[in-house]
Amino acid sequence: MKSFNFKSANNSKEAVKLFSGRSAFLSGGMSLLPAIKLRLAAYSDLINIKKIKGLSGIKVSSKSLRIGATTTHAEVSTSKEVLKSIPSLAKLADGIGDPQVRNRGTIGGSIANNDPAADYPSACLALNAIIHTNKRKIEADKFFKGIFETDLKKGELIEAVEFQLPEKSSYAKYPNPASRYAIVGVYIARYKKDVRVAVTGASSGGVYRLKEIEEALSNNFSPSTIENINISSKNLNGDIHASPEYRSHLIKVMAKRALESC
Amino acid sequence: MASLIGSRVERKEDKRFLTGKGQYTADINLVNQTFATFVRSPHARAQISKIDISKAEKAPGVIKVLTGEDLSADKIGGLIAGWKIVSQDGKDMKVPPHPPLAKDTVNYVGDHVAIVIAETLEEAKNAAELVNVSYKLKKAVVNTKDAMNSDAIYEGIERNLCFDFLLGDKGKTDAELSKADKVIKLDLINNRLIPNAMEPRASIGDYNPSSEQLTLYTTNQNPHLTRLVLSAFSAIQPEHKFRVVAPDVGGGFGSKIYPYAEDAVVAWASKKIERPVKWVAERSESFLSDCHGRDHVTHVELGVKNDGKINALKVETIANIGAYASLFATVTPTYLYAPLILGLYDIPTASCNVKAVFTNTAPVDAYRGAGRPEATFLIERIVTEAAKEMGIDQAEFRKKNFIKKFPHQQCLVHNIDSGDYSAHLEKALEVADYKNFENRRSQSLKKGKLRGIGFSSYIEACGIAPSAVVMSIGAGVGLWESAEIRFNATGNVSVFTGAHSHGQGHETTFAQIVGDKLGVAIENIDVIHGDTDKGPFGMGTYGSRSLAVGGTAIAKACDKIVEKGKKVAAHMLEGKPEDIDFKNGEFVLKNSNKKKTIGEIAFACYLPGQYGEIKSPLPQGVEPGLKETAFYDPVNFSFPAGTHICEVEIDQETGETKVEKYTAVDDFGTIINPMVVEGQVYGGIVQGIGQALYENGNYDESGQLTSASYMDYTMPRADNFPQFKLDFTTTPATSNPLGSKGCGEAGAIASPPAVMNAVIDAVGSDVSMPATAEKVWKVLKKNGSKKAAA
Repeated sequence: MKSFNFKSANNSKEAVKLFSGRSAFLSGGMSLLPAIKLRLAAYSDLINIKKIKGLSGIKVSSKSLRIGATTTHAEVSTSKEVLKSIPSLAKLADGIGDPQVRNRGTIGGSIANNDPAADYPSACLALNAIIHTNKRKIEADKFFKGIFETDLKKGELIEAVEFQLPEKSSYAKYPNPASRYAIVGVYIARYKKDVRVAVTGASSGGVYRLKEIEEALSNNFSPSTIENINISSKNLNGDIHASPEYRSHLIKVMAKRALESC
Repeated sequence: MASLIGSRVERKEDKRFLTGKGQYTADINLVNQTFATFVRSPHARAQISKIDISKAEKAPGVIKVLTGEDLSADKIGGLIAGWKIVSQDGKDMKVPPHPPLAKDTVNYVGDHVAIVIAETLEEAKNAAELVNVSYKLKKAVVNTKDAMNSDAIYEGIERNLCFDFLLGDKGKTDAELSKADKVIKLDLINNRLIPNAMEPRASIGDYNPSSEQLTLYTTNQNPHLTRLVLSAFSAIQPEHKFRVVAPDVGGGFGSKIYPYAEDAVVAWASKKIERPVKWVAERSESFLSDCHGRDHVTHVELGVKNDGKINALKVETIANIGAYASLFATVTPTYLYAPLILGLYDIPTASCNVKAVFTNTAPVDAYRGAGRPEATFLIERIVTEAAKEMGIDQAEFRKKNFIKKFPHQQCLVHNIDSGDYSAHLEKALEVADYKNFENRRSQSLKKGKLRGIGFSSYIEACGIAPSAVVMSIGAGVGLWESAEIRFNATGNVSVFTGAHSHGQGHETTFAQIVGDKLGVAIENIDVIHGDTDKGPFGMGTYGSRSLAVGGTAIAKACDKIVEKGKKVAAHMLEGKPEDIDFKNGEFVLKNSNKKKTIGEIAFACYLPGQYGEIKSPLPQGVEPGLKETAFYDPVNFSFPAGTHICEVEIDQETGETKVEKYTAVDDFGTIINPMVVEGQVYGGIVQGIGQALYENGNYDESGQLTSASYMDYTMPRADNFPQFKLDFTTTPATSNPLGSKGCGEAGAIASPPAVMNAVIDAVGSDVSMPATAEKVWKVLKKNGSKKAAA
């Protein structure tokens, strides 16, 4: 690990002020710190945002669920508000990493990192989330830009993620047996007007919405609908654990399982 | 006093391990210590055209940067293969030099190029990035099967062939196979495994310029042998001025048997800079540079007569030993493997041909079971297929072919002293509820899942090893063990053993033996190991040898203590030594109520001599002190055996396999501590299931390790397993007085074929290890899915 300065901010403004060209915001550090330790990344300053009071917490309204950026996965998975308003989101959070990771890792960190096999980005897309930053509001559809890339500008800080409450929703993940990240994760959410389906882990471009299944489910929201859909393996990831062909098959299996538990 | 042998005594060492007070090599920090990091090859195969260290040398905090040039200037020798194998044409095996720092070529990703030593670890790492190595890349040889048809990696080693070994008579085996009513053939892969000890390797070289003594602290399973090799072959330091200390060792599974390049280099570097040099592996370095295990490609043929009797077995194996021949790399796929292909069956004729090949991958050496899991896998896979072909029940076919009379001279090497194979098979059938399996299979199918059952009856050769036997087949040293019992004047006991625990609980098991033998309370017995300056020369821990060989040496040293104690007691009790009985820690004069405790005798031994009124309790001519040493060289290997039965359930949609039920019935001879033994069996089974379903050391075509972290290397986890059902049968070993056979490797030896036979039973066609979800899914896709009958 290359050495760095550690600075703590008391509010968003201060955090942004402390940020320089070679800084990174530090929340749970579950991806950032290993990258620094492995010398894959190096920063002059880490700006700790965990002390910023307003960045953590869960609020639910009649239409949406707002989760502060530094809220941990453990908090989301056990929150009464989340379990009541979007239980599938609590389940997703409960399936991230292990207890140590869930007690440190945060939602803001996860989506800012946009790991192509992370769970939260699929929830953001399926639940039509709005990403609140210190500068603006970004629709999830415009936020994720490809693997490890987002619409965030340098020094821009995520403050909260606001999910639109669905009528029904469910997340099914087939974990990588080694890392337990998603080989394929499918998030399905039904709204009055439409059905949104997001897939993580599968595509070489990162998280994406699966229009074929969305359209089919908008007509008939049932597991049997999935059987006849052809999912192309084109542009899907292949690695030692799963070929593109296997991933395309798993998308259907996970979509079906998500629907079955909807 | 209740017997300690056979009791579930809580492990003495667990208090410190479980409270974070274990003392591992990385925990040691010395005054004036420096920190080292290694520059490693990022390429699988390359010529080094230039190493430029000029920038690194000037970097902040750097003390020294050393390369292979410096090493050869100091005439430091290479690492060795400790066992010479002779090919079937009578020629000796061929091995390339293995310099601890590469000189002209690098031969696998992770190969050592330079050491950078600095005041802090961060400075060492920063400087290491400035070492500029110019490589001329060459095409890597990676694949086990193709290695003999690829470019020769080393000059003078044609076809990358280390040796072409044959055990048994191939011509006779072929002739017998032609007489068989059925010949079953299989092609098998025994996948490469990465050991993943919980504690990564570490070494600290500490040269004292005043005493000219060199101390090497290292994560090692046999410090004496490491000192011997580094003295005699690497010429780093004469043996009498060289101390090797392996403190608590956090797992090894074989991977810490050998001295590694890092050990040699930090020891030598410490002498050069006259300061301690500390290196601790990062997990990524462990993946790349710890010796790997297994990696065989095998063709096997089994002949069966119409009456269901096996008449011949032929095995052809290509064993990948990686880029260099590590210490036990040549014996593992030969003498630890080939004799065991017969399993526990009475097979009259057999042959085993092993071609060991070099590739541009990490060296492959002994890993939990070492050769015996590979042998057990092939025989238990093909016996399973044979039973199916013959239409005979798996249990019946095995029983029909089991060895039934002991001692039994096998047609290849081993003379098996004892066993009762039907006993453990019968017990396993009962514990596993075999008779109701088909019900469970149809229950599973109702849920859409495929259920399968797999058998594995195994034998292993442990208690390594009778010295004359192993030296006659190429071992560079004998494999006896030593022990020393020191009674302190106050009556407590220090036990020194040449074996060295890396998690097996020796401090408890050995203390139980001494406690029973000498009648001393277990809390007054301390077991000391892992330091060449403390106990006598010993051969370390591997091959499930510590109890059968090391434990026996301890028992023999105890006998000598009692023998001397009898002489002293006789003098004190005014009788004859032959009239003294020793029981429960007391020396009693026959037909009298006169007795002395062993503590009293020990104290008396420290009060020698007579002078005027001072009269010693010691008889004349008996030396003062109470300390005895024993060396034990076993008369034979020991042969643990058992039957494991596994049931799996497979998700037809994803191909995922789940182990639903696992039964293990083992015969380890006399058991000293059932709790320790159960722990060993559990761990072994988990490792074996890991090999069958999850783990795979995978290199891509260019020789890059693509499973080089826990993101990609599937270590089994607790939630992968059901509760196992363990049971035991007992036939004591006749080859050692304790009657113990060894248990450390059994689980890892027995379980891979049990699991794979179950997977294959469920899906109905062959699947190779590891049976990953995608592999199984592909087979199922081809076979079509199954549904429960309506």
